[in-house]
Amino acid sequence: MSSTTTTVAAPKPDERLRLAPRPRERKFSRGRTLRYVLLLVFLLFVLTPVYVLLVTSFKGAGDATADSAWALPSTWTLENWSAAWEALAPAIGRTFLMVIPAAIISSVLGSMNGFVLSRWRFPYANLVFTLILFGMFIPYQAVVIPLAQLLTVTLQVPSGIPSLIILHVVYGIPITTLIFRNYYESVPGELIEAARVDGAGMLRTFASVILPISVPGFVVVLIWQFTSAWNDFLFAVFFASSQNGPVTLALNNFANGALLQNYGQSMAGALLASAPTLVVYIVLGKYFIGGMMSGSVKG
Amino acid sequence: MSVADRTTPGTAGATAPAGTAPRPRRHRNRRYVAPLLLISPSLVIVAVFVYGLIAVNIRTSLTDANSAATVTGQEPTSFVGLANYVALLQDPDFQHSLANMAIYTVVFLVGALAVGFVWAWLLDKPIKGEGIFRSVYLFPMAVSFVASGVVWRWLLNSNTGDSASGLNALFEMVGLGFLQNSWWSNPTWGIAAIALPAVWQLAGYVMALFLAGFRGVPEELREAGRMDGASEWKLYRYVVFPQLSPVLLSALIIIGHMSLKVFDLILSIADSANYSTKIPAVDVLQYKSSFEYANAAAVGTILLLLVALLIIPYLVRTARAEKDR
Repeated sequence: MSSTTTTVAAPKPDERLRLAPRPRERKFSRGRTLRYVLLLVFLLFVLTPVYVLLVTSFKGAGDATADSAWALPSTWTLENWSAAWEALAPAIGRTFLMVIPAAIISSVLGSMNGFVLSRWRFPYANLVFTLILFGMFIPYQAVVIPLAQLLTVTLQVPSGIPSLIILHVVYGIPITTLIFRNYYESVPGELIEAARVDGAGMLRTFASVILPISVPGFVVVLIWQFTSAWNDFLFAVFFASSQNGPVTLALNNFANGALLQNYGQSMAGALLASAPTLVVYIVLGKYFIGGMMSGSVKG
Repeated sequence: MSVADRTTPGTAGATAPAGTAPRPRRHRNRRYVAPLLLISPSLVIVAVFVYGLIAVNIRTSLTDANSAATVTGQEPTSFVGLANYVALLQDPDFQHSLANMAIYTVVFLVGALAVGFVWAWLLDKPIKGEGIFRSVYLFPMAVSFVASGVVWRWLLNSNTGDSASGLNALFEMVGLGFLQNSWWSNPTWGIAAIALPAVWQLAGYVMALFLAGFRGVPEELREAGRMDGASEWKLYRYVVFPQLSPVLLSALIIIGHMSLKVFDLILSIADSANYSTKIPAVDVLQYKSSFEYANAAAVGTILLLLVALLIIPYLVRTARAEKDR
């Protein structure tokens, strides 16, 4: 098949987006100028909400009129930020406590599964893999009623962070398995063979040969899981309250719960709640894209 | 690719005498122990939490557990067959949800695919600053729908005139006041307004898919087209674009199935009880809070069916392609 069907190679996540060497274009062409203009217009479109968020978050109460809606603040103030921080800080702390264990556990499970599924062709291996993958796409609304029964009543897991850690681990298994399986497919077979000749069994091979070379795979998966668990709202709505839940739930309550909308505070809160994932995106963006591309199963 | 495990003798096989006789069963079984040990926790979890719960959910949807008393077990439930499904599909409120879901899907799908495709096309040929454009176009993916919902709630505020904010205020400011509208508060088309932030958030993802597709077109193909004297437009139209159809299909399926599941954006921009933005994925929450568990389960199952119709053929196709590799 065509080269677009290569599986995602996790070691260089953005490899498929790399520039191919192309013949150079003439320096000043009308086509190129048009492209730049269009690209800049789209850039403005994408950044407009960011402008609104930043500007509004520094506005005082006096700036709330229609005329000044898009203007810079008449006086800059940090009041909104301190109010938002006060309201959201505990939830931000809880979200870290939820996201870190969830990301680590689901990555470890994913790496075990990915290794087995990439190296061990047991009967119906493809079917098993496909059945695991399907779990990634299901609407969680289709399981939420019995899930609440199972977690809260049968297993007695406390609502809030403990429930959510379990849910992010459980429903993270498909994507982490997928990313690791694709990653291990790219590991040369000779490496495994060498370990086998040395008398290492599968478990030993996994622990002493595979895990040490899995660091790039783990980076991709951890970042992906961190971001998606941080941004989750659906599970939070069903399995937590704004008192014991993650920051998305607290933010929604903070921004929309009040009778009179205070946009300055809500927008400062939205920026605070997004800061960790944005930092990850800015610092480790290419790994984030690697995880995102695997979500498509195959490009 | 990795058939090493099956075709070469493993540690257990190495001690067996050479020959064609089948290996003793005991040894074969031992080779299954280690991999099973690694994978079985996840298999059990997925079997219970995905397939087990789907089965229980379907069973609930076939009962009359639609009141607080039945849900808490104080009163027995009985089997009612497909009655809940029939009632739902005849209920004008649920029909409104389905219509909203259809409108949202069309606007989101067309918007995200068109914008993402144009971005990828603009970035296909080398251009200075490509990395910056790409990173900015993609960044909304890293933000939660709840956080972006805060700003889009302001942008899509339905107030006009002196109390306007967001886009309505912007239209007023630049003299396009006639463009002011009620956005998501409109009962028929309001849901389409919710697709705007969704396009904003996911067009970058579609761009990344298409960009990978563009870069995957072999340079020799383009070169051959140029040798034949094809213009730049014809090169795209007849050589490059046809190569992108697998990417288009992937994007259609992924964005399409996401649009059926939209939930966060609606709750953060509108409200779970808001009529004009009502969709099945939110109805589940409403039914659950009013103890209509059977209805909630039935709506969940309908959603699952729709998603499965899109995803299963896609997964099967992918598995086949892998096998052929």
